[in-house]
Order: sequence, then structure tokens, then C-alpha cells
Amino acid sequence: MLTSLHANKPFQRILALLLGIIFGFLLQKGGVTHLDVIINQLRLTDFTVVKIMLSAVITGMIGVHFLKALGMARLHPKPGSFGSSVIGGLIFGVGFGVLGYCPGTIAGAVGQGFLDALAGGIPGILIGAELFAVVYPKLNHTVLNKGNFGELTLPELLNLSPWVVVASVSFFLIFVLILIEKTGW
Amino acid sequence: MKQWSPYASGIGIGILSWLTFVLSDKPIGCSTAYARTSGMIERLFRGDKTLQRPYYQKFHPEIDWQWMLVAGIFIGSFISAGLSGQFEIIWVPSRWAASFGASALIRFMAALSGGILMGFGARWAGGCTSGHGISGTLQLAVSSWLAAVCFFIGGIITAAVLYH
Repeated sequence: MLTSLHANKPFQRILALLLGIIFGFLLQKGGVTHLDVIINQLRLTDFTVVKIMLSAVITGMIGVHFLKALGMARLHPKPGSFGSSVIGGLIFGVGFGVLGYCPGTIAGAVGQGFLDALAGGIPGILIGAELFAVVYPKLNHTVLNKGNFGELTLPELLNLSPWVVVASVSFFLIFVLILIEKTGW
Repeated sequence: MKQWSPYASGIGIGILSWLTFVLSDKPIGCSTAYARTSGMIERLFRGDKTLQRPYYQKFHPEIDWQWMLVAGIFIGSFISAGLSGQFEIIWVPSRWAASFGASALIRFMAALSGGILMGFGARWAGGCTSGHGISGTLQLAVSSWLAAVCFFIGGIITAAVLYH
């Protein structure tokens, strides 16, 4: 692992900006910086968002697990609970449907000139994040810890080798993508 | 070229995630940057009292790696749109206008309220479409698969109710 590189904070900030520029370029070229593309995905009439996400997940999953096996990367699975992942996920989903962007693609939407994203969406996300910071102490002792499973991963949950899960999930997601293409979405 | 195949874009993002893990020991994510920013803004008004909030002790209000990543998205999209002649100042996206009309004020109100729900929900779930939807699922995290499915359940129902 490149630990001295990871510890160099000024360098990491510049690197993050460069990696973000590539990310924004890819998101824009993929079309997902447009509200139209995201809403048509949620209306199930255009599967661009799912195609991008699943191909990113397949590519990333295989590569990152190889890098981990080679000792060049380590995983950072997020902790979760039913109270946090399910309820938070559903609230996010309602916002997703109303806003038509997500926290990453909205920065790209602003970059290509969408003022609803700049004037409405980004201030909204900031207000939402601030409101959460205010109520966090109350939620943390109650709903956020309901059904807490910590930093659990699917291989741990299923008690299988990560490679078996990586291969199975890859085949399943490729099958889903083929199905989407065959049905003409 | 205006638009690439979604698979070219997706595979590119997958390879980009290899780079973030190896070079930065970090998964791609976006929504924490908004929490840090809201903390920085609160700090302008309330000073160091902001830092007493447990949430901002967990996520210190500062410009960090992820904040720079989100700033990069803005620049990268600007470059991409500029190169393909797609940069255009727009208040009301066309799919929105088709269902709700061309009023910039109504679109602004919707974007603001949708954003509030999204910011609140992202922090509640501990991530967004990037951090959970791509980076978390590729690490096979249970929290991320659960959250990502719920993002789409909530989004699909909401879009079905709102759009006609």
C-alpha cells in the first residue's frame, strides 16, 4: 500500500480534484448530469443510469478485490442498520424523485449550466445535511441503531469466500444488463 | 462526441474507483462533502459552537479529499459539456417542463425541497448514489446494497406519483 502517499494531505487534495474532474467528465459523457435522464430512469423508460451504475460496480468490484488480494488496497465498507439504511434510503429516494439529480451528478449539472441545480438543489442538500446534524444526537440513540449490523459485507453474511460472491454478483448483474438490452430498454 | 455508451462511462467509473482505492485509500463518495460544507456555513454564523455538535465532531467541517472530488466533478462536467457544445444556461430542464410547465419559480421550489429531503436522507443513510450506490455495492457492503435498493424504491414511487 502507498501509505506515505495516502498521508500526504496537500497532494491528496490535488489528486482528488483531478480524480473528480475525470469522474465529472465520465458522468457528463454518460448523460446522467441531466435531470431528464435520471427522471426517465425512475419512470423506467430509459435505463441509462442503471447501465452506468451496474457496469461501474462490476468493473470496480472485480478490480478492487484483485487489488485487495495483491495487498494494494483495503476495503472500507460502511456500517449500517435497518433503521439507517432503509429509512434513510427511502427519504433519499423521495428527494431523488423530486430533485432529479443526486449529490454527485448535481455538481456536474451545475457545471453544464443547470441553474435549478445551482440555486435550488445544492442549497437544499446543504439545508438537509444541516438539519440532520441538528437532530443527529436524538436519532443516533434510537432509529439509527435499530437492527444494527455494523460494517457487514455479503461474503461475511453468507459465510462464503469473497471470490464466490464477486463471481456470483458479476454474473447476476451481467444477466440483468443482458435482460435490459434484450427487452429494448 | 456528445454522449458515450453508458457502458463506456460505467467501466470508466469502475476503473476510476481502482485509482481512488490505490492512490488515496478512499472510495468515491459525495454526500459527506455537503455535510462538511453545511458545518462550515453554520460555523460562519455560530463560530466554534458548531463544533460541539456530535455530528460535526464525527465529520469535521473542512475542505477534505471528498470535497475536492465534488469540486472536480463540476469542472470535469464543464469541460466535457464545453468540448461537445452542450454547455447551456437552463433554469427548467425539459422533462420537468413537459410535466409541470416552464415556471422557473416552481422548479426552484421543487429543487430546493427535493434537495432538503435528499441531503437529510443521504446523511440518515450514511451515503448517496456514489458512496453507497457504486462504491459501497462494489465492496459488497450490506448497508450499501440495502440503501441503494431503497434509493430506487423511493425514487421510482415518487417519480410515478409526480410525473405523467
